[in-house]
Amino acid sequence: MTIDHRQHHLDSVRAALSVVVYPLQWLVDLPGSTSQWFRESLSTRRELQEENASLRTQQLVLNTQLQKLESLEAENRRLRALLDSSFQVGERPMLIAELLSVDMDPYRHQVVINKGSLDHLFEGQPLLDSQGVMGQLIHVAPLTATAMLITDPSHAIPVQINRTGLRTIALGTGSIDRLELPHIPTNADVRVGDLLVSSGLGGRFPPGYPVAEIISVEQDPGNTFSTVIARPRARLDRSREVLLVWPPEAPKPAATAAADKTTGDKTP
Amino acid sequence: MNLGRHHGGFIIVLSFALALLLTIVPLPDSVRTLRPDWLGLTLIFWCLVLPYRVSVGSGFVAGLLLDVLSGTLLGEHALSLSLIAYLCVRLHQRIRAYPMWQQALTVMIFLITHQLLTLWLDSVIGRPTPSLGYWLPSLVGAALWPFVFHLLTSLRINFSVQ
Repeated sequence: MTIDHRQHHLDSVRAALSVVVYPLQWLVDLPGSTSQWFRESLSTRRELQEENASLRTQQLVLNTQLQKLESLEAENRRLRALLDSSFQVGERPMLIAELLSVDMDPYRHQVVINKGSLDHLFEGQPLLDSQGVMGQLIHVAPLTATAMLITDPSHAIPVQINRTGLRTIALGTGSIDRLELPHIPTNADVRVGDLLVSSGLGGRFPPGYPVAEIISVEQDPGNTFSTVIARPRARLDRSREVLLVWPPEAPKPAATAAADKTTGDKTP
Repeated sequence: MNLGRHHGGFIIVLSFALALLLTIVPLPDSVRTLRPDWLGLTLIFWCLVLPYRVSVGSGFVAGLLLDVLSGTLLGEHALSLSLIAYLCVRLHQRIRAYPMWQQALTVMIFLITHQLLTLWLDSVIGRPTPSLGYWLPSLVGAALWPFVFHLLTSLRINFSVQ
């Protein structure tokens, strides 16, 4: 146990055992995925047409927004070039995975996804959904991977308040709709409704993705720091499809990756 | 015991697999924390009736698989399940003679021991202490013990596992 906790030597053992238990997970997931398959293949023509129409409208709207985004990005790049700064929000390779509907320990916020190291997933890889950051992978087996959600009590993610640029850390609390922001001085400019985006400082999460929204700020004159609570943007308990992103550059050399592990965002 | 007359090992493995399945079947959030420790119950049953076939080793392997399934530290459940397997095998002659309610109480003590050990290990690695609801699965497990016992006994007799 100490070896597993401190040194990660047993990852291969865990990966091998995960393959052994994969049939069980597959079996448990089967009723859910089968019913979904039935629902999709038995839906009527009208339903499909309606869905198609709504998706078309949505695509139109998104495309319009994308045009705006492209011009903004170009403008941003020009301005950055003027400032001589090398900040980049590049395109990143992505992969869509599905959650396996299996339960884990109810006191840990973990999920299992149906992709693994055979799809080149790696430990520490960020997990997103359409609304924001969900978590990161903690164990990767050949066929499955386990991810820790940002609300797990032992998870922390470096964030930035979008409006002011104030950098801080969002800690998981153990309840699915709350994150806590410690160490925010009472005189800091934080308001209810502020959007927290990932700051990308630990090198693990990509910068600029929405993480959470602040829902309460309490300033107690007796304390040095205010109590700030945020609600995660990602639908942590409802999403079925998740997005895995890769860093835009080539995988890091082993030395920096190891250094990341010790100084990374994940507290043990 | 004549070691050459063992058969029905398949049934034992199947019951463990079933227990692991029941452990990861998704449940509604309201009853999720009540889920009894199926693997612990199955292990205790086999340790009581067939202590020469199922004991600490089986408990260790089953615990490792549970660790992988539930994403806990590798060896955490393995250690605590080995411990209750040891206790069961040590006390099996006494427990077998108990009436059902007393058996259920003993099983509850075993399950609580199991949970207590995992709780200690979790707090050693710095996980927060859960609420009092953490102990409910042991109570539910003890309440279900008579059913589990009769079910597995009929399985054992039907397939003459020994």
